[in-house]
Amino acid sequence: MKILVCISHVPDTTSKINFTENNSKFDKSGVQFVINPNDEFGLTRAIWFKEKNNATIDVINVGLQDTESTLRKALAIGADRAVRINHDPKDGLSVAKHISDYIKLNSYDLIIAGRESIDYNGGMVPGMISAFTDINFIDKCIDLKISGNNVEASREIEGGKENISTHLPLIIGGQKGLVEESDLRIPNMRGIMMARKKELLVIDSDEDYFATHSKDFEKPQPKGEVTIVQADEVEKLIDLLHNEAKAL
Amino acid sequence: MKILIFAETDENGNFKKDALEIASYASQVSSENGGSLIALSFNASEPERLSNYGVQKTINAKNQELNNFDPEIYSNCISEIFKSENCDLLVLSSSSNSKYIGGILSVKIDAGYVTNVISKPTMGDRISVQRNTFTNKAFENVEIMKSKVILAISKNSYGLKENQINSEAIETNFNISESRNKVKSVEKTSNKVTIADADIVVSGGRGLKGPENWHLIENLADILGGATACSKPVSDLGWRPHSEHVGQTGKPVSSNLYIAIGISGAIQHLAGVNSSKVKVVINTDPEAPFFKAADYGIVGDAFEVVPRLIDKLKEFKSSNG
Ligand SMILES: Cc1cc2nc3c(=O)[nH]c(=O)nc-3n(C[C@H](O)[C@H](O)[C@H](O)COP(=O)(O)OP(=O)(O)OC[C@H]3O[C@@H](n4cnc5c(N)ncnc54)[C@H](O)[C@@H]3O)c2cc1C
Repeated sequence: MKILVCISHVPDTTSKINFTENNSKFDKSGVQFVINPNDEFGLTRAIWFKEKNNATIDVINVGLQDTESTLRKALAIGADRAVRINHDPKDGLSVAKHISDYIKLNSYDLIIAGRESIDYNGGMVPGMISAFTDINFIDKCIDLKISGNNVEASREIEGGKENISTHLPLIIGGQKGLVEESDLRIPNMRGIMMARKKELLVIDSDEDYFATHSKDFEKPQPKGEVTIVQADEVEKLIDLLHNEAKAL
Repeated sequence: MKILIFAETDENGNFKKDALEIASYASQVSSENGGSLIALSFNASEPERLSNYGVQKTINAKNQELNNFDPEIYSNCISEIFKSENCDLLVLSSSSNSKYIGGILSVKIDAGYVTNVISKPTMGDRISVQRNTFTNKAFENVEIMKSKVILAISKNSYGLKENQINSEAIETNFNISESRNKVKSVEKTSNKVTIADADIVVSGGRGLKGPENWHLIENLADILGGATACSKPVSDLGWRPHSEHVGQTGKPVSSNLYIAIGISGAIQHLAGVNSSKVKVVINTDPEAPFFKAADYGIVGDAFEVVPRLIDKLKEFKSSNG
């Protein structure tokens, strides 16, 4: 089984979000970048397939050279090979179309993306890849079992889950549930050493696919002071929520 | 401008609140820009109800196969109508199902697709909108470079606005081919309101000490008709199911009222719940970061404050009907 895991290179969850160049670009200075959490759950699930089902794992990112540290981390965790499409993507379409072009030339049985990246929160890449490549798609996938060509999967729905049976090839939008938090792997010394020797293929692209243009960013207004209610006056809280906030 | 909305229904065929919200939004956009507004629904029991929210024509498909969501079938039907009705703009909600098919649809109809939209579009040479990004830590102004557009509206960002008009409801029937996904079964965790649909969410953190104390959260949610949620460590510890984990790496919450009990307010937690309109925190530690993000706060022990709150809410509910 050949697996492709799409890896988004995103600011660590504790990062301060600031913008430069007249608020038109995300300010990367001083920001620590990590594997997008939803992708990391998917990558870990892929490593289980490698360990138990002899799968091979390629990871892919559409980005400039600075994303290579994140791809190396994926290699250190256990991916076999990394691919970087050398292109600064302008939007979700730009990422999805580049990955789809690559998939069409290199067939995969299973493509794992995150249901959403935690930077721009587009949540559109896996669905777009599925439409471009005509590969079947399961979003918000929280359980995935594969035997031969047969797939048993679950997806999260509002208020529960749906159990689906389908077949390969398949693309999923992954999230926690595919594996648990405690299953995530921290790269060890041996993994880091091995990652240096693994292939990181860079493919140049001049294709400028995009459908939207990000003009600029704004930060939310600072919040007003909290109204404190005494612990023995909860009726006051109810009154405020009812009459002032109109929330009850 | 011709606008299409995909109006989702629940298992009884009633329109979801999300559907009424996107109808309200699209109706305003249509009247400001001189256009027409069509809705597409699947097996709706009262398709004419959308006329209360400014929809001029509702196309209601009657197909057994559409009773259960399927990404291929749904996206095929929606793009078919979008094309045959010559629409320019498709408005979706941010429900799990609409988000599932949004990306697929954008390829099928070659549209510029924007999610988490929180503003009405401004029209110019090109359409622009504002969206939430960086998990509510920023807003982004986006311009759409294609002539066809799909906007997925962030829940509760516009609200319901009634606008009764004369309208027609048409029945249709799609030719449906087989899908590659087969739904085997559906497991509902509870019959209670879900985090995505709830107007009020009551959430508990590690400050509640253990799963045996969750009756406090459940009772409070029950009396408010709200959903229950929790912080990430609470689900990681197995005190509560993962489906209740909210925050940057869990479910987003954009309810009208969010009540955080025994939750410190870590940056990752706040990111996911910040778009809730009104936030209340109950915490023993006055220095807990949640107090900086909340509208109302009580510094106190949850084990004393919450039972009192439940009692007083019972009195409030019985005197306010
Ligand atoms: C990559 C990453 C992603 C993350 N994503 C998320 C996420 O999506 N969602 C999320 O929630 N967290 C997330 N976290 C974890 C986050 O950093 C915090 O650790 C977590 O939110 C803390 O949960 P808590 O507030 O329940 O627990 P604690 O931080 O332990 O806080 C418990 C609070 O309860 C209060 N308390 C104690 N006793 C009482 C009492 N009797 N009555 C009232 N109050 C009491 C304490 O004062 C304290 O403020 C993430 C972390 C990382 C590294």
